[in-house]
Amino acid sequence: MTNSPTPFLAAHRFGFGLAGTKAPGSTGRDALLAQLANPGAALLDPALPGTQSSMRTLAQFNAEEAAARRVATATAAPGGDMAPAQMAPAAAANPTTLLLMPDLTARLNRALSGEADFLERLVLFWSNHFAVSLSKGGPMLAATGPFERTVIRPGITGRFADLLLAVTQHPAMLFYLDNQGSIGPNGPLGRRLNRGINENLAREILELHTLGVDSGYTQADVTAFAMALSGWSFPAPNAPEYGQFLFRVAAHEPGPQTVLGRAYAEGGEAQARAILEDLARHPATARFIARKLAVHFVADVPPPALVARLAETFTRTDGNLGAVSRALVEADEAWAPRLTKLRSPYEFLIAAHRTVGIQAMRPRMIGMLDNLGHPILRPPSPAGFPDTSADWLAPDAIKTRADFAIELSARFAGDPAALARETLGPALTDETLTAIRRAETGKQGLALLLMAPEFQRR
Amino acid sequence: MTLHRRDLFGGAAALFGGALLPRFGQAAGGADPRFLTVILRGALDGLSAVPAIGDPDYATIRGALAMATEGPQAVLPAGPLFGFNPRLAKLHRMMLVGDALVVQAVATPYRDRSHFDGQIILETGMERVGGNDGWLNRALVAMPGRPGVRTGRAQGRAQGLALAPSVPLIIRGPAPVLSWAPQFSLSADADTVNRLLAIYDARDPLLAGALRAGARMDAEADARPVRGAPGGGLGAAARFPELAAFAAERVARPDGPRVAVLNVDGWDTHAAQGPTTGRLGALLGFLDDGIAALEAGLRPVWDQTAVLLITEFGRTVRINGTEGTDHGTGTIAILVGGAVKGGRVIADWPGLSANALYAGRDLAPTTDLRAVIKGVLAGQFGLSDRVLAETVFPGSANVRPMAGLIKGA
Repeated sequence: MTNSPTPFLAAHRFGFGLAGTKAPGSTGRDALLAQLANPGAALLDPALPGTQSSMRTLAQFNAEEAAARRVATATAAPGGDMAPAQMAPAAAANPTTLLLMPDLTARLNRALSGEADFLERLVLFWSNHFAVSLSKGGPMLAATGPFERTVIRPGITGRFADLLLAVTQHPAMLFYLDNQGSIGPNGPLGRRLNRGINENLAREILELHTLGVDSGYTQADVTAFAMALSGWSFPAPNAPEYGQFLFRVAAHEPGPQTVLGRAYAEGGEAQARAILEDLARHPATARFIARKLAVHFVADVPPPALVARLAETFTRTDGNLGAVSRALVEADEAWAPRLTKLRSPYEFLIAAHRTVGIQAMRPRMIGMLDNLGHPILRPPSPAGFPDTSADWLAPDAIKTRADFAIELSARFAGDPAALARETLGPALTDETLTAIRRAETGKQGLALLLMAPEFQRR
Repeated sequence: MTLHRRDLFGGAAALFGGALLPRFGQAAGGADPRFLTVILRGALDGLSAVPAIGDPDYATIRGALAMATEGPQAVLPAGPLFGFNPRLAKLHRMMLVGDALVVQAVATPYRDRSHFDGQIILETGMERVGGNDGWLNRALVAMPGRPGVRTGRAQGRAQGLALAPSVPLIIRGPAPVLSWAPQFSLSADADTVNRLLAIYDARDPLLAGALRAGARMDAEADARPVRGAPGGGLGAAARFPELAAFAAERVARPDGPRVAVLNVDGWDTHAAQGPTTGRLGALLGFLDDGIAALEAGLRPVWDQTAVLLITEFGRTVRINGTEGTDHGTGTIAILVGGAVKGGRVIADWPGLSANALYAGRDLAPTTDLRAVIKGVLAGQFGLSDRVLAETVFPGSANVRPMAGLIKGA
């Protein structure tokens, strides 16, 4: 079979499957290019709270709760048997419900809508590339959703350097990788408090966001970059600017820094900005991003020529991510008919729900993703969720997928063979179709469809 | 087990709100009849449930799966021609006291061998695949004591109950129906896993390895011995008794629904079906317990109750290469309840000689299942021949309702 940009592959490999997709185009490739030409479709409801508003809401909630606890503790009779917690007035609204659910709902609904699947997959890719996690606690509950929504979403077809800067200056990333309290030891604050830098953010930018591990940077580069990043922070919760980026001059390490053999003169915030610009343009970054995109969309071991072409596009366009994404779908190698990549649990969950015609988020989906090992906005580490088939092929995980397929199919009433033809198109194999036809019930047939190799792989 | 309301069809009906429930027609033999239908999905092997041990060709043609009057595969006696599978001991006891009967060699009009199409015909009551409502819903609409139905005034009255996550086709339609499903999360049962492994072995060894290992781990972690079942894995069927008890309790209430439908999946016994000890034996045991749970829960209204158990088609008379049976035609229908004129096996027996078999392989159907259903609906709810032939089972004028199934009818 030759490579061909069929509508099936466009939807299946670059989206969440044919079922429920709403991306017209005379060929699969045209459909994807049309989406790239309209990147605004990746944005979510602008009425959802921004980073500042969300972080302020959480801070206010925490402050009120703390005050209530203080009052309760102060008024509790000594030796009384009523615990302070019992005395505290009930919280007005759970911040998780208030802050997180609207984000998760909007995110799942967008994927279920099928309106711009390729853009949504790019959002997921870049959100995972610049991973932050709710699990860190603290302000992450308020900052993680807006981080993806207001930084990643507008950035998926822009310049990589711009995205990198916006990500690095966002409170979610600053807090997640511990930079908000990183203090240059020779700055005014460092000398007074006898404190120093935290290298976490600098190291992960080099290792995970730009150059990639083993690309030749040294510990000295990490340290110097961390010195340059010292002072990159955000204000205290009671400050009016809480939720914005704040460059703390007093926490910044004074003096020039040398990173990857290049000297960066002292210039306050501009010093690390200049380093980020250069990292974004570095050939290792181009190769790292190119390979990662190809691994995500095309194959666990992608064709070297494809990676080289994407890297070349990245460099030639100064990191224009729209151009790189276009190069990806224009590449013949991206359209091999054989489905090899295992869908991530999130992709699988969305595709499965769309296959049975569910187009609005159900709260149960959040728990399902936890069980499937792909909790929303809670990657296991700053490296994000893994991205090769082997990572998702754990026995327990596949059995859990099967359990989930059964659970979902329990609500199903319809013809699974017809559905299989609709959603798997030319990829539907005789083995799968026969098994579905021979299934004992329509529900079992649907479970077999959802678990078929050509549904699981893309 | 907690049960959870999933769907409410037909508007904002008060859940089991007695005041809103219409009065039903009178059963010929008593007031306020109840009618439950149990769909056995996957095609029950009627010759294993109620074997024709008295048929001269039975032992030979059934081979290793043949049962006998004595020995380890001994049946419970039910007249000269038939016996009951010993796993149906409670049903057998009900038959002996006159509360149960079996109709042998029945089939719907469907003559192909697809489960889906077979179940569609079973549930729509039509002669061909098509249509979006079920005969039970059309029967609900036609039942007396519901004057509002045709004028729309009964909107919001929930009178039918489906014990399923989604409303099954049999009871879908204009009459409002409640659907409830048990909230336990379903785990992939062994049968589905095995079917998946067959696909994976052919096409995707990595997925095969992962699923096989995952299923084994689950089995070890969750090694609850299922009564007599080979390796367990009968999934939802094992929970049928619980579901039946729940349904019975609801239907028995003075203000409860009067019509309900339940499902028991898993009857597609292509391999190792073992009439008493294999997969089928285990399933029949669950079914028997579930029937007993219905009887216990419906005790206060038992005399007004009829429960009909039906399946989409039967299975081959001969055994296949894996100690199982393949898709066939003629099978049984079971009717249970205090309103039932039981104590017998009804059969226009076609015989099991090679040239008596349908298409050379299946038990030949001699009774149209619609005749049985019509007989029950006529006896319980007084539905007229004409309504049954034109509305409930359109185009079935030539299929006469079976008489004498319900007491006093």
